[in-house]
Amino acid sequence: MSYLETAANPQALRRVAIDPVSRVEGHGKVTILLDDDNKVHQVRLHIVEFRGFEIFIEGRPYWEVPVAVQRLCGICPVSHHLAAVKAMDIIAGARALPPTAEKLRRLMHYGQTVQSHALHFFHLCSPDLLLGFDCDVTRRNVIGVAAEFPEIATRGVLMRKWGQEVIKATAGKKIHGTGAIPGGMNKRLTIEERDHLRKDADTMVGWAVDAINMVKKLHLTKPEFYNRFGEFEASMMGFVDARGAMDLYHGGLRAKDKDGNIIFDHVDYATYQQVLDEEVKSWSYMKFPYIRKLGPQKGWYRVGPLARVAACDFIPTPLAEAERKEMMAIEGGKVPHGTLLYHWARLIEVLFGAEMIRELLDDPDITGSDLMADLGPRQHEAVGVIEAPRGTLFHHYRVGDDDLVKYCNLIVSTTNNNQAMNEAVRKVATQFLDGKEVTEPLLNHIEVAIRAYDPCLSCATHALGKMPLEVDLVDAEGTLISQGRRNMDGLAETSCLTG
Amino acid sequence: MTDIANTLTIDGRTISFEPGQTIMQAALAAGVFMPHLCYNPEFKPHGSCKLCTVTVNGRPQSACTIAAMPGQEIQSDTPELNGRRRVLLQMLFVEGHHFCPGCEKSGNCQLQALGYEMEMLSPHFSHFFPDRGVDATHPDVMIDFGRCIMCELCVQASRDVDGKNVFALAGRGLASHVVVNSPSGKLGDSALEVTDKAVEVCPVGAILRKRVGFAVPIGERIYDHDPISVKALEPDEA
Repeated sequence: MSYLETAANPQALRRVAIDPVSRVEGHGKVTILLDDDNKVHQVRLHIVEFRGFEIFIEGRPYWEVPVAVQRLCGICPVSHHLAAVKAMDIIAGARALPPTAEKLRRLMHYGQTVQSHALHFFHLCSPDLLLGFDCDVTRRNVIGVAAEFPEIATRGVLMRKWGQEVIKATAGKKIHGTGAIPGGMNKRLTIEERDHLRKDADTMVGWAVDAINMVKKLHLTKPEFYNRFGEFEASMMGFVDARGAMDLYHGGLRAKDKDGNIIFDHVDYATYQQVLDEEVKSWSYMKFPYIRKLGPQKGWYRVGPLARVAACDFIPTPLAEAERKEMMAIEGGKVPHGTLLYHWARLIEVLFGAEMIRELLDDPDITGSDLMADLGPRQHEAVGVIEAPRGTLFHHYRVGDDDLVKYCNLIVSTTNNNQAMNEAVRKVATQFLDGKEVTEPLLNHIEVAIRAYDPCLSCATHALGKMPLEVDLVDAEGTLISQGRRNMDGLAETSCLTG
Repeated sequence: MTDIANTLTIDGRTISFEPGQTIMQAALAAGVFMPHLCYNPEFKPHGSCKLCTVTVNGRPQSACTIAAMPGQEIQSDTPELNGRRRVLLQMLFVEGHHFCPGCEKSGNCQLQALGYEMEMLSPHFSHFFPDRGVDATHPDVMIDFGRCIMCELCVQASRDVDGKNVFALAGRGLASHVVVNSPSGKLGDSALEVTDKAVEVCPVGAILRKRVGFAVPIGERIYDHDPISVKALEPDEA
């Protein structure tokens, strides 16, 4: 069990809750148990909502899944849409996708990367970074940023809009479109749509560079603070292509340890269960995945922008690669682990996404009309994986002869980061709260650490029927009288501890 | 004796009709939309969905079954009648599983299109959440019973066009449901073929051809650009 996960004697402690955690997608809360001297004894990030898509997608036809399951989320539904359709390509028996279809999917995905990251950085996090963690809470929001830095706020809105227009041109709608279908795409990109998107591409690349420069300038003001805030060493996981380059649409799984040594590399994601496993805990609806080789105690890892930038050998677009090299050099060649460095890495990915969109729009294949693969024999089981804005996203399905889904397992990006986010809030609690009078600005430090991961809490909560439950009955003095427990297999046991 | 003109009025507008036409047929031919779900011009009307209820000389009637007669004064597009239609639609939505965001019929669905047309902003009533199941045993066709509105068009199409009697309605009242005529009661054991009229006639997302869902992109679906009140007046639409 992790340091500060469970206090030895919680009954005697004072509870402080951040409920809800704000400026994140979905609903979560943080509970902190403190003693009389304000020493921190327990910190937990709880996910208090429940979704259950894994269960109610069962019994539905497989071609419906890429459209239905994306309703998990309104911020990066394209990730679920594409992860599901990659699995359903296999189920449908699709052979290699025509170049136009694959490039349109990539275009959609990079459009989403830009819009989701822009939303997160400019709308949700820039208030902390630009106005200060301890700025008056009534100003610490995107309206406050717009008032003080109107050009930055405007660019944030327009970058997101551009990314969403890329999605609309490929999926039919900005949110919850239908573009990708098993075996290909249903919509071609017209010349007019291409030209409409292309006219802003150079500007967007330039604005992405400017945003990185802004973060670098901020970092230079207090490098030690930004490097050490919520810093803890962890393994990192992300996609790389056959060359070791960053690829957000398709690749093999690579995990590196805290020092940058390879744990596994180029793993076919269809075999993810051979390298990853999941644990459930009684106090959260979110599962805790870990690297099998290292076990549940030490096997947890980071995903998302920082992990991807650290895991790849290079980024295959020139401007983003130059920025990656610069960021990876800040710790003198050691792997950076600071929680706030996620923002820097995220903006490097915005630049990468904008460069990729520009490249794809200049590719003659993008306006082609060959959208569907030839179909071979139907398959019954498939895994689809994609690097969603928030990290590696796994969709695993089994489909019967009748075309209905029999089994669904989702390991959502935020779920991969579950333990890492808990470690981040524990670290920040230790760094900033321990022994101090708890104030709102200090509590915001905890939220700043969570926000850095850009968690999508509504996507991540699916542990239906697998939750272990513990119920303790205590008397007025806090003495434990009896315990009830249901383990992961659903078996219940109770024990009476006093006569 | 003078000839009586074959005209009637709908919401104050005088239209001509051919003898033998129903009010619905006369209205559609004259370019006047009347909301309907169970009516399909290719089949004998049976007045079961009640969405086309109008007042004829002050009395409520189903426009799809009542003959057009000279001098009828018909009210259709009124706040009161549209309010009743909205309630009927709301009841249809809550008694089945009509979750448009995940449904492949979205954009091509008459129930959804009428929900928009009648400005239905919420289901209003509590959902029934029925557990009617899915029959996907047929290799090329599936039926999602939760989406069936019991318009009976598949029953008519299978009987009158396909000559197969694959579908029938069974049960009464709230227990009414579509049944499949096969030894096992399953679609896979029935005589249904994917080319049957019964497969294409479903106005909602209940009877579906397999593996073609979402093949038509957003922007090219039936009701993406024009509402059902416009599309229903086009020659090839119901």
